[in-house]
Formats: sequence, C-alpha cells, structure tokens
Amino acid sequence: MALLEVRELSKAFGGVMAVQEVSFEVEPGIVYSVIGPNGAGKTTLFNLITGIYTPSSGEIRLDGQPIAGQAPHRLAQKGMARTFQNLQICMNMTARENVMVGAHLGLDRNLLKGMLRWPALRRADMALREKAAELMAYVGLEAFVDSRADAMPYGALKRLEVARALAAQPRILFLDEPAAGLNPKETSEIDVLVKKIADGGVTVVLVEHDMKMVMNISDRILVLDYGKKLTEGTAREVRRNPDVIAAYLGKAA
Amino acid sequence: MKRQRGLLVLAVVLLLLPLVLPNAYYYDIAIRMAINAVVVLGLNLLIGFAGQISLGHAGFFGIGAYATAILTTQFGWHPLAAMAAGACGTAMLAALVAKPIFRLRGHYLAMATLGLGIIIAIVLKNEAAYTGGPDGMAVPALGLFGFELNGEKQWYWVFAANLLFSVWACTNLMDSPFGRALRALHGSEVASQVVGVDVARYKMAIFVFSAFFASIMGSLTAHYIGFVTPNVADFFHSIELVTMVVVGGMASVFGSVVGAVLLTALPQALATFEGWETVAFGSILMLFMIFLPRGLVPTLAAKFGRGD
Repeated sequence: MALLEVRELSKAFGGVMAVQEVSFEVEPGIVYSVIGPNGAGKTTLFNLITGIYTPSSGEIRLDGQPIAGQAPHRLAQKGMARTFQNLQICMNMTARENVMVGAHLGLDRNLLKGMLRWPALRRADMALREKAAELMAYVGLEAFVDSRADAMPYGALKRLEVARALAAQPRILFLDEPAAGLNPKETSEIDVLVKKIADGGVTVVLVEHDMKMVMNISDRILVLDYGKKLTEGTAREVRRNPDVIAAYLGKAA
Repeated sequence: MKRQRGLLVLAVVLLLLPLVLPNAYYYDIAIRMAINAVVVLGLNLLIGFAGQISLGHAGFFGIGAYATAILTTQFGWHPLAAMAAGACGTAMLAALVAKPIFRLRGHYLAMATLGLGIIIAIVLKNEAAYTGGPDGMAVPALGLFGFELNGEKQWYWVFAANLLFSVWACTNLMDSPFGRALRALHGSEVASQVVGVDVARYKMAIFVFSAFFASIMGSLTAHYIGFVTPNVADFFHSIELVTMVVVGGMASVFGSVVGAVLLTALPQALATFEGWETVAFGSILMLFMIFLPRGLVPTLAAKFGRGD
C-alpha cells in the first residue's frame, strides 16, 4: 500500500486555483520529487499535505487514514516532518536548541517537572543534547553545534532545517527546495545528504528547482504546471515527455 | 556553570542585603522590588520567551489580593486556602479567556488583554459590598502554624526566598522541553507546529501559569501591606509591569529582576525632583528604549560577550 495517497486535491485562493485536482501516490522508502515552473503550485501542494493550508476539496491519506485538513502538530504525531523553502529557523535560540525542538514529541513536556528540574527529564534532555549534536554532524553542521542560529550562514541554516526535521524521527520527510539559493558545490552536498536520508529508510518527498539534482536522486517525479498535474513517472519518462519540455522551455513555434 | 553563578550571586545579595538596610523604609522598598521581580518574571515568560503580550496582568494580581482579603475577612477562610482559591480562580479565568484571546495576535491581543484587566479593575471598584469599593479593605496578617508574620524584617525573608525560588524555577523551565517549545513558537510559529507543538495549547498554558504567579504574589502582598485598594489591579500597574519586562530585558530571567529593581527604586530616587518626577521617569524610559532597545541585561550580556 502507498504510504501517501493524494486524490483530486484542489486549493483555491479566491478565484485562483493554485492546485487543481492533483492525484498521486508515494510508495514507502523512495525519493519522490515534485517539479514545475515557478508558480506551478508545488509549495501550495506541500502546505496542503502538511496541514498548513486546508484543502478546498480532495483527499489525502497517510497509511490509508484520511488526514486532509488536520493541524500540523497532529500530522507530526503521525510521523510527518518538513522543511521550509523560506527558512523557518528560530533565531532566538541556538542551533542545537533548534534541533532539540525537533524532538519535541519524544520528550516529557510537563511544565512542573521542567520547572523543578526533574531528574528523569534532565537526563532525557542531556541525552537529547548529544543526539542533536550527532544529527548536526550527520547533516554536516558539526562546526555549528554551539552557534547561535542568527550567526549562521544561509547554507548552514538550510541544513539545520533538515536536522530539526530528522530529530522528529519522521517516516516521511517533505523537503521544500533544500538547494534553493545554494551554490553548485553546496547543492551537490545536499544531493548526497538526501540520498543518505532516503537510504536510512525515510521516505522523502522533494520540491526542487535544480533539475540535475532531481533527475539524479528521484525514484519518481511529479510535474505540475499551473496547478495541474502535467505528468508523473520515472526521471527517464519525465525527461522525454514533450509536455514537460514545452512547460519549461515554451512550445516550439 | 553560568546559570548557577547568577543564582549564587542573587542568593548572596539577598543574604547580605539586610546588613546594609538601615530601617523599615528601606526594607519595604526591598520587599516591593522582590514582589515586582516575581510578577515580572512570570510576565516575562509570556512576553519575552513566548512572544505574547498581556496588558492586563495587574488584574490577575488584583484578583489574588482581593481573594485573600475577602475570603479571610468575610468568610473566615484560612489564609492559605484563600490564597489557593484566588490562584485557582485566576487560573480558571485566564484559561477561559485564553481560548478566544489567543486567536488574536499583536495589537489585537494587546487590546483584548488590556480590556480584560480594565474589566477586573472595574469589578473590584464597583462591588463595594464585598471589596469596600475605591476605599479598599483591610487584610489580616498571615498566620501560619501558630506563628504570625509581622513587620518588614520577617516578610523580607519570605519574599527573598520566594524570589530566589522563582528565578531558579524559571531558569529551569526555559531550559526544559516545555520552555524550548515556548521559545520556538516565538521564533517561528509554523516551524514549531510542524514538529508537533500544539501552539494554541502552549500559549494558553503559559498565560494561565503567568496569571497564577501574579495571583499568588497578589495574595502575599495583600497580607504584607495589610490593606488592598483597587489600584493594585489598575491599568497603570499593568503598564508598570510590562515596562519592567522591557527595560530589564525580554526573554531574560535576570533581566526581569534587574528591571523590577530599577523601576521600583527609580520613583523613590526621583522623589527629590518635586513635581517633575514623572517627566524624569518618562525621559529615562525613553533613553532606555533608544539606547538599549533589547533591555538592560541582554544588551550588557552581548557587550561583554556572554549569554544570560
């Protein structure tokens, strides 16, 4: 059974159909990419699936359970995690604390115990500090473990988002343009990281502009244009599809 | 460690302070500083750490003070029972209004909490049958286990211990999973949601907790002064508390203490200006906001290169 099923999903903002009757399925353990020209509705699609927006119509199922319209924190409990294209880092915290927040659901969040420095809670927190440092090393941020988030460069913050998402130990991870704004070297490093995450057993759904990266690492690709599904298939199939070429390069006269 | 060092310094200051306090008047000022510091700490959790606002916090303080006054004198309750009832009542009221109020943000949230504070102040002023109206009412001394707290010197230790515990507890809280979630929702609400933080619940929890804090301090203050008037709940007291948070430093535990100490002492120090003290007070606040917009403690901490 597919891990994620999206059926005839639509979202209208006023009169604009940002996403129109899009359907697709994501099998567990793969890297699934969503591509399309600017304004094609990729990020809107992500926001619908991860609960930031409520769909106008259509169905979303995780493990066969309907999840459309549920709040993001509920979806997190079900094993969903994501990153943001326009960084959503807590600049009022250290880098390590940002990662630790990712593990929120796995911790004892009791207010009184926290206030009284409850030993079990402290121990769990100390273990998490180590875990967070390991995760930061895993995404290549070992140099920034004790940095303040607001003192880190853009490329590092992109990775910090990934580390925070991984701290939640998700089953399915949504990466919204992890390579946007990065130089070619950084992009190829992200490429390696995404592969590493997928090999670790996490299903990855990716929105990305960088074609080379998408073609390299995706098991399947969904192409959107003007909010509609243009085509879906393997990298090889998508690359040869005349509609895709037309959407990206314009139609031949 | 850093956090223990700050706490140690505070403990030493609190221990040694009585050696230099010459008379009851100075004890009284020290006590008022400690009272304000604890309320401001609670408020700073809400404003500085969680990034919300309450312009009606004196209302909660007032409920605590009046719950103690009314329940002990007119219903003969034990002071501790009255204090607990006041704090629980305040917490319930805060929880009740939190749900609609925290749908709002920014200016609208400020307006809503402002309205709440004003309503509480009006009720306290007008329900004269219970509250004594604008004239206020007397409160009996706090007697515990056959021992009655009397005079500034005894009360000093109560409030000093209270302050020390509060600083310790708040520092712990902000370094715990709960506190991290609060700071995260301040930094990025959407990011904290997608990692599983139930944002609405956390805002409500810290609002209720902060109100609970204020109510208990209201009760203790009522016992200490021995008299309450509706002024404790009024708008100016609320603003005073918020100003202490801002001057001391948002999201800084020790900033709360410094802000409270400074702004409690300032009006006393300015008393010599005779009629111009409000102008001097206002000017000092403006200078603070222009030159130390992040607040005293965070600015100094950044300047001398270490965290709070």
